[in-house]
Amino acid sequence: MRTALFVTCLNDTLFPRSGRATVTLLRRLGVQVDFPPAQSCCGQMHWNTGYRAGTARLARHFVDVFGGYDAVVVPSASCGGMPAEAYAVAAESAGDPGLVRAVHEIVPRVHELTTYLTDVLGVEDVGAWFPHRVTYHPTCHSLRAAPLGERPYRLLRAVGGIDLVELPAQEECCGFGGTFSVKNPAVSGAMNADKARHVRATGASVLAAVDNSCLMNIGGRLAKDGAEAGRVVRTMHLVEILARTPEDGPVPGLPLAAEATR
Amino acid sequence: MSRTFVGWPAFPEAAAAATHDERLRANVTRATHTIRGKRARLVAERPDWEDLRDSAAALKDDVLAHLDSYLLQVEEQVTAAGGTVHWARDAAEANALVTALVQATGEQEIVKVKSMLTEEIGLDNALEAAGISARETDLAAAIVQLGDDLPSHVVVPALHRNRAEIREIFVREMGRHGRPAPDGLTDDPPQLAEAARLHLREKFLKARVAVSGANFLVAETGTVVVVESEGNGRMCLTLADTLISVVGIEKVVPTWRDLEVFLQLLARNATGERMSPYTTTFSGVTPGDGPQTFHLVLVDNGRTRALADEVGRQALRCIRCGACMNICPVYERTGGHAYGSVYPGPIGAILNPLLKGPDDPQTASLPYASSLCGACNEVCPVRIRFTDVLLELRHQVAEGDAAVKHPAEKAALRAIGAVMEHPAAWNAAVRAAGTAGPLVPKNRLPGPLGGWTDSRSVPEIPKESFRSWWKRTDGGTR
Repeated sequence: MRTALFVTCLNDTLFPRSGRATVTLLRRLGVQVDFPPAQSCCGQMHWNTGYRAGTARLARHFVDVFGGYDAVVVPSASCGGMPAEAYAVAAESAGDPGLVRAVHEIVPRVHELTTYLTDVLGVEDVGAWFPHRVTYHPTCHSLRAAPLGERPYRLLRAVGGIDLVELPAQEECCGFGGTFSVKNPAVSGAMNADKARHVRATGASVLAAVDNSCLMNIGGRLAKDGAEAGRVVRTMHLVEILARTPEDGPVPGLPLAAEATR
Repeated sequence: MSRTFVGWPAFPEAAAAATHDERLRANVTRATHTIRGKRARLVAERPDWEDLRDSAAALKDDVLAHLDSYLLQVEEQVTAAGGTVHWARDAAEANALVTALVQATGEQEIVKVKSMLTEEIGLDNALEAAGISARETDLAAAIVQLGDDLPSHVVVPALHRNRAEIREIFVREMGRHGRPAPDGLTDDPPQLAEAARLHLREKFLKARVAVSGANFLVAETGTVVVVESEGNGRMCLTLADTLISVVGIEKVVPTWRDLEVFLQLLARNATGERMSPYTTTFSGVTPGDGPQTFHLVLVDNGRTRALADEVGRQALRCIRCGACMNICPVYERTGGHAYGSVYPGPIGAILNPLLKGPDDPQTASLPYASSLCGACNEVCPVRIRFTDVLLELRHQVAEGDAAVKHPAEKAALRAIGAVMEHPAAWNAAVRAAGTAGPLVPKNRLPGPLGGWTDSRSVPEIPKESFRSWWKRTDGGTR
């Protein structure tokens, strides 16, 4: 069984700690994970902006890099969903039937991280300990495009010491939408402001999600608002919570759950 | 000449202005959240809701696949029932037809039942140019007309107005167009409704010609179906001598049994009601009962263009319930006018480019007026996959033969893609990002990314990428 980590380009460059946490967690669960260094990007930016030729080229690259693995684990719902949702259409658009076949062949082996944990490894309690107040934002992709359902909540509820609080209006988009946030910054910013307000209202120290892209968006707002309010809510990929054990102790600088204040 | 959306700015510009309008934001948020809640409660009452959606989508797809024969059946049945059918290729033809039909009656003031199609083709202005005053009788449409405003929602065209603004419009404008608002009118909703009732009653009783749209057109009997909440439609459809119904060619349903499916979906999904207060159906002319002259104007105006689009044609299933607007987080922040069309929200973002072609900057900006969150997909009663169509339209703008191009974006994505495909180049780029991290401005990113940092801090770029860590530590084992 050869298992590869597709860390995603965003995590590679901006959130390497999520990639390291994925490696830590998978090792703890007995999975020897490989990191093929030729990997780059899933092509979501190209796809969502309408560039199918570019998407098809990155699909070809993905298939070349990961074709030899039995399982590909992706710590992102939106990037992890790209092979299933976009690659075949992009390959057809590029007139490449060979790529269409290769895509159909690889798609069943590509797993978003929480699905890999609950459905492939069959675990919910991963032995994690995280004594802080946490709220969880279901990103649009993990909520609607490739629904994860209760999986992330089940994983979080099984974490020792955690104070998991519900995020109001959680099913509403944070306003990121990739290039949407660049093409329509005013609307995106207005959506994000409401999301950040709901997050702060929970009194959580940490906002968790399965997509660092959305967390980067909300985190940017939380940092800006927090700098003014004197208390910043941190954003963490879900895997960073699952990777921590009692031996790691509490996260330095974060209030303990019992002390978490509203 | 009333206001129109002609020359409207592209979505990002219009939307940015709207997000800063606090009153508009409050009005739209209050209204959409209210309708959302009512809809959710009533949809939950129906255990067969998903089956109804499946049936509705399948029925509409059948209609669209055989539209030519269904339309001929409509023409045959309407003609047999004593009506006259007219065909209009575009807005100009439709407006000329209706104007000529009204002129033939010699009437100068006519009444209208709310119809988004007549808004789409600009019928009121065309009639006005011919010296004919067409008065809206739907409450929200009347508010928009009296205020020389534009519709911002397909079900509730005055959704962007609150009751204080409506009172002000009534007091200022009603007297100029007929019976003035009662003295001492407050913004109490029953008082506002009574003022509208008194003002409009005069119009109903005087008018000899009425213009309507239609929610559905039943092919087997040539029956026009109008669904409404206020009874103004029933008044227009029964009191006038001449009735002119202006209907988009996609409104056909084959049989009355098929209509049953849509009538179960429409009111619950649109306004959160178990059924519509008024559902009026009429087939041709009945001697001694209702309008004695009936004209049906069938309008294309881009619908066959949309029909030719293999992915986009599903937009023609739309029954104009407005649920996609009510649920849309973008619409909630911008209101409807930002979309520059009588069809705003997610359906507007796909329907306008499909009808008109994405060939001007305003229309071409609409497929990007979405974060692709997909909430609209979930509430659509005819299962339009909005996100699929948005992506297809973006593809047409980015790589198709649409007249609007984004050369800088295309070049940038091509360059990024070329780097990402080549491991050595990508390795170098990731390393460079870490090195450049400290050089990234802390407060505002340059160029097109500047808007991003207006409301967010710049993310910090870690010095060591994941791949560098993996290499240095041999996958965390050293």
